[in-house]
Amino acid sequence: MTSLSTVFEKTRAEGRAALVGYLPAGFPSAEGCVAAATAMVEAGCDVIEVGLPYSDPLMDGPTIQDAVHRAMVNGTRIADVFRAVEGIAATGAATLVMTYWNPVYRYGAERFASSLASAGGVGVITPDLTPEVAGPWREAAAGAGLDTVFLVAPSSTEERIAAVTECCSGFVYAASLMGVTGARASVGAAAEGLVARTRAHTDLPVCVGLGVGTGAQAAEVAAYADGVIVGSAFIRRLLDAPDEATGLKGVTALAEELAAGVRSRA
Amino acid sequence: MTIQSENPAEAGRFGRFGGRYVPEALIPALDEIAALYAEIKDDPEFQGEFQHLLHSYAGRPTPITEVRRFAEHAGGARILLKREDLTHTGAHKVNNVLGQALLTKRMGKTRVIAETGAGQHGVATATACALLGLDCVIYMGEVDTERQALNVARMKLLGATVIPVKTGSRTLKDAINEAFRDWVANVDHTHYLFGTVAGPHPFPDIVRDFARIIGVEARQQVLDLTGRLPDAVAACVGGGSNAIGIFSAFIPDTGVALHGYEAAGRGVETGEHAATLTEGSVGVLHGARTYLLQDEEGQTLESHSISAGLDYPGVGPEHAWLKDSGRASYHAVTDEAAMNAFALLARTEGIIPAIESSHALAGVLELGRELGPDATILVNLSGRGDKDMGTAMTYFNL
Repeated sequence: MTSLSTVFEKTRAEGRAALVGYLPAGFPSAEGCVAAATAMVEAGCDVIEVGLPYSDPLMDGPTIQDAVHRAMVNGTRIADVFRAVEGIAATGAATLVMTYWNPVYRYGAERFASSLASAGGVGVITPDLTPEVAGPWREAAAGAGLDTVFLVAPSSTEERIAAVTECCSGFVYAASLMGVTGARASVGAAAEGLVARTRAHTDLPVCVGLGVGTGAQAAEVAAYADGVIVGSAFIRRLLDAPDEATGLKGVTALAEELAAGVRSRA
Repeated sequence: MTIQSENPAEAGRFGRFGGRYVPEALIPALDEIAALYAEIKDDPEFQGEFQHLLHSYAGRPTPITEVRRFAEHAGGARILLKREDLTHTGAHKVNNVLGQALLTKRMGKTRVIAETGAGQHGVATATACALLGLDCVIYMGEVDTERQALNVARMKLLGATVIPVKTGSRTLKDAINEAFRDWVANVDHTHYLFGTVAGPHPFPDIVRDFARIIGVEARQQVLDLTGRLPDAVAACVGGGSNAIGIFSAFIPDTGVALHGYEAAGRGVETGEHAATLTEGSVGVLHGARTYLLQDEEGQTLESHSISAGLDYPGVGPEHAWLKDSGRASYHAVTDEAAMNAFALLARTEGIIPAIESSHALAGVLELGRELGPDATILVNLSGRGDKDMGTAMTYFNL
């Protein structure tokens, strides 16, 4: 099990940004998810976020919605998410879960945290928890030794950035733009400013997500952020492939391109 | 009346319900709305403008109608209908949309988005936007656009863009998800005109306050007519805005029983229902902690009701609190019982109610028999049934 602090010590020593890849558990299949994530790690991803498929993903764009829907049709359950984490953590990558709050609340926050820690997970990203309602989760996560990653957005005031970063451990997730997940032609212009504003409040690494999908974009973001988060672009490779083997090749090629990007810091 | 939680930092709580479970990106917008709303809530100029629109445009006050022939089927109890079906656009939704459209203008925003189930909130929103010159986009589940085609045409005629939502169960809950996605991306110039007392704080407060006129008028009208308060107040509950609208004026009157009627669909035992309060469990949906229909892993279950307006697996957090506190009681009414009440009101009184409202009417048939002939029951007739004629033609083979 590799912790987030170990990952960022290493990437900082290497003078580069970390590459964080996202895939929902159960997509394209239970084994396919672990295989794709393993390929992503082998091609240069430092951190993997495993998505917990949820019926109402209101922060996700069409690509992740589609993948999550398929995972749910595949019958993916919370136990499968932990199994995916276990498989992926075995590669040596720091492995987190990204989840909306209700499945965790319903499962039981403490039970969820301890099951995830036992599976080798190191933290959780919660896109619909803000500091005002994060108390129960932070307590459960601390009890299990998990990092808690929350989001800051371009619309966040200084006061709110301070409150959010206060709740974070591992890293801070900076949403590059006002919108949902999904690859875009350009990374939001607000991202660099948001990272700078966030750094004024914390020494934690700041990773940028939403809208990053190419090596050039990764290089652009790596110039000012500690990590680059990519989800929809990986999923797109798997969705567009005629079979899983072709999809894996596509994922590998993209991870290599992005890994070169986070090292070039354009 | 917002109930303070143990943690005063958590705004907008109703006991353990409510709150804000939304992406950080939306918090500043919610704060902005809450702050402005606090400012205009008691501002005579804003309230004057709102009241003027309610009187001159929406047709308020709406009357109460005593329904004697219908009441013969309810054990002879005295039954009074609050006639929200007579408002402009044909349902109580107009009260909330006029208030929020004025709020949108005050915020200097030019675009309005909204979700709709039956289409009533969409039509009402499109109407208010046409009146006040706001751009309007309505998200509607694809399934609902099919069963409420007439309302889709209305919205288009009123100048709104209607976007059929093809994700998930393709009904109201998915339309809400899609509206939130739009809002995150366009929040700088767009107001999300939420249609019910659900969602993150401050929506449950705002929508309740704008719907509250229903109960305020009805309470006085019942006093004027009968010289006393009713024994019970009844309303249907989907998200719960018409019910909160009429309940809220009576909450301090502890002698008045409050009854909410949810959709039991094909029967709660079949699993095909929308009985959130009577059959659901506590969780988080669409930004608030409340009762919802979910499986043991927190996945939202698909709801079912013959009425699109009640076909929602969540409910407003204030109802969750009213249930837990015992101040209101909630019951489930099947499609069949609602359709029978729908036909009965038409035949006995010459009023074709919305199928949503028919759930409350069906509940009252039973409640009247329980309470006996000396009881007076006020029912919120939340909308008219013109939009439901397609469903009625199929159901009754008309």
